[in-house]
Amino acid sequence: MIATAIHIAFVLVSAALALNFWRLLKGPSSPDRILALDTLYINTIALLVLFGIHIGSALYFEAALLIALMGFVGTVAMCKYLLRGDIIE
Amino acid sequence: MNILLEILLSVLIVAGASFTFIGSLGLARLRDFYTRLHGPTKGTTLGVGCLLIASAIFFSTRDEGISLHEGLITLFLFITAPISAHLLAKAALHLKVESLVPLPDEAIERKNKQHQKYHSVD
Repeated sequence: MIATAIHIAFVLVSAALALNFWRLLKGPSSPDRILALDTLYINTIALLVLFGIHIGSALYFEAALLIALMGFVGTVAMCKYLLRGDIIE
Repeated sequence: MNILLEILLSVLIVAGASFTFIGSLGLARLRDFYTRLHGPTKGTTLGVGCLLIASAIFFSTRDEGISLHEGLITLFLFITAPISAHLLAKAALHLKVESLVPLPDEAIERKNKQHQKYHSVD
């Protein structure tokens, strides 16, 4: 039962990633693109967690944690650049 | 594995993936940036939270001992999602990104103009 649920979830999360990528390419303004990147990394965490359950290995959480940290720092840096024209003042 | 536990895990996984998908659908389909901001920050964060809870239950019942890594990721995501959303909204307001409704500054200007008109009539 869990295997079926994981397969459905893989399809849904992959479709979500495709939608984010579409918004990243199309996005009319730069905040749109930053938001798409932000959602892209959150969905990648979801995909990694699902893969960890699928193969029954707890090795992928460190990777997910690192992606979460670096993604947040990247989003903040890009927003700061848009707001001030400089990242570290 | 217990059948009730299996049902709980399946429901959590499918619900989490559905919320993730709905959040991304909102990002792709809504019409202006300020409405688009709602989908990922609420829907996707909730979906990933569901998936991480499912993972925590799965690994806690499978191996010996409680798995706490997922709690760490959940906490971090739930703290950082509002911060990044706030910064994005601030950047968009700074750049005056197009909106379906008047932006706050424009709305205030219009109100002042109406106020002046009202007083000049007096």
